[in-house]
Amino acid sequence: MVASDTEPVVRPALLRRITARIYHIYVVRRVLKSILTVYLVATGTFFLVRLLPGNPVEVYINTQMSQYGISYQDAASQAAGLFSFNPNRPLPEQYWEYLTGIAHGDLGQSLLSPGTPVLHIVLEYLPWTVFSVGLGVLISCGLGSLLGMLMAYRRGGWIDHTLSLISSLLHSIPNYLLAMLIVVFFGVQLDVLPIAAMRGAYSPGVTPEFSLDFISDAMYHASLPITVYVLTTIGGWMLVMKASTVDTLGEDFITVARARGLRDSRIASAYVGRNAVLPVFPQLAITLGFVVGGSILVEQVFQYQGIGFLLLQSVQRRDYPVLQGILLVVTIAVVAANLVSDLLYSRLDPRVRGTAGESS
Amino acid sequence: MRSKSGFAGFIVFVLLVLLAVIGPLFTPQLVTDVTAVYLPPSGAHWLGTDSEGRDILVQMINGGRPVILVGVLAGAISTLIAIVFGSLGAYLGGWVDSVIVSVTDIVLTVPQIILLAVLASLYTLDSPWLLAVILGAFAWPYLLRSVRAQVFSLKEREYVEAAQLLDLGTPHILFREILPNMASFIMMNFVVTMTNAIYALVGLYFLGLAPIVDDNWGAMLNKAWTRGAIFFSDSLFYVLAPIIAISILQLSLVTMTRSFEEILNPRLRQS
Repeated sequence: MVASDTEPVVRPALLRRITARIYHIYVVRRVLKSILTVYLVATGTFFLVRLLPGNPVEVYINTQMSQYGISYQDAASQAAGLFSFNPNRPLPEQYWEYLTGIAHGDLGQSLLSPGTPVLHIVLEYLPWTVFSVGLGVLISCGLGSLLGMLMAYRRGGWIDHTLSLISSLLHSIPNYLLAMLIVVFFGVQLDVLPIAAMRGAYSPGVTPEFSLDFISDAMYHASLPITVYVLTTIGGWMLVMKASTVDTLGEDFITVARARGLRDSRIASAYVGRNAVLPVFPQLAITLGFVVGGSILVEQVFQYQGIGFLLLQSVQRRDYPVLQGILLVVTIAVVAANLVSDLLYSRLDPRVRGTAGESS
Repeated sequence: MRSKSGFAGFIVFVLLVLLAVIGPLFTPQLVTDVTAVYLPPSGAHWLGTDSEGRDILVQMINGGRPVILVGVLAGAISTLIAIVFGSLGAYLGGWVDSVIVSVTDIVLTVPQIILLAVLASLYTLDSPWLLAVILGAFAWPYLLRSVRAQVFSLKEREYVEAAQLLDLGTPHILFREILPNMASFIMMNFVVTMTNAIYALVGLYFLGLAPIVDDNWGAMLNKAWTRGAIFFSDSLFYVLAPIIAISILQLSLVTMTRSFEEILNPRLRQS
């Protein structure tokens, strides 16, 4: 990956050493890994759709033939146009075209509305999921960490017990079931929440723009999904933070800080908090991935028009190019979030950057 | 004190399993009755009836078995994958380890439910075995990471070095010396994987991505939701019963996990 053709003077051994040096830079290694992940997922979906028996192209051709009585040749050429590939061309050539297409941001066209690029559709729905999930995870992470620290300080007290109980209860109810309970009780039976008016990502008639009206309207529609994300993930943060704070409180440097007569508030923020918060970071990326997956279910319950809503719609309509596109774009989003959180983490905890960090 | 709640969770789980295994032997045949649609709870139908006039309580009793079965199977499959490859990677090191770690990181980043939804649109996931295999096939990365980390620390112990000096061979050292020392750790993760598998399974049923072939809790949720049972207070139990059943099942599993955690990390239980 080092520009070897531009510097033919460099001897192979030196070249190899430079490559190794660059590879050992944490950031480079991490970025390469992310690119590899995206590449493999793209390849996986390529072969999933084309090679396996009963692939969507064959299904499409068959339904066209049986429903409209057109010849195989016509149906195949239609399918080729829609799926943006020609089944008769050699596979490596198709594969190359597919990859270069992705590199240019071309994910094919939607089956149901031919002419509309998949990327366009996906990018229309994705921001709402990113907005609601991102805000939900951030709120629950911040609040949960604070409560977890509180639980560690009041270990064994009633605060600890009550919060543990509540967090286990909320943690064990799957998020879409909690969403259903909210709809059933507050929306329908008690009729306190205008569930029907809160559907969608924003109210009809409101134009997306950067104004206070629009933001408050978007918040209004996102409030239920966000509430569910916060309630169902907050228990996890409380536990992680509690365990890590308990560990940190047992460290010698805390005892020393106490012996030095430092104020409790200073010990809690600068000595305990900073160290105890470290395990929260790797957890952030994991939770983000999990919540993005779960958003499919939650968005369906609230009819919130995010990527999960689009996904289910495309599944029901068998719109395979859009499905492929969603899988790819969401993977890229999760990989990017992981990358950012890992790089941040390596800033916060320099131990990760060395090769020693790999063993744990 | 330390595992009182964990024990309670275990008891609840065992009761649910017993109910799911033995219960269906005693439940009456479900009859479709169009004159008895969405009846409120009564003496004849303790939880009322559904949109086809069938008893909800009977469906509840019959509906646990498929969910728990798929959960246990998926948990077992992914635990097996994680243990074998996690311990091999940590124990052998070198390129084997690098490959295993890279593959794990990649599977970890692909959003599971979205991948499952795409798979469900391509294939008909109508058999519980197929569902269990697919759910288990993508649920192992977290467990593999922690198994690997554990084996890393265990393989430096004296008794492992002694076994290596005796030249007992990799399989013997891994399965007879190292893994038995991680039993409760593995149990904990098996339960966690099961919890996640049940979450995903019921989700697939709820979204209608897995075809509904029997009356399981997920299928009940799907029907109750799509056929508008939530709008009638008489048929409220059609939605509530599966929600409560699944939540109790998940709660019992999570409580068990917590007490395993307390056993593994003694600092958590000192008070």
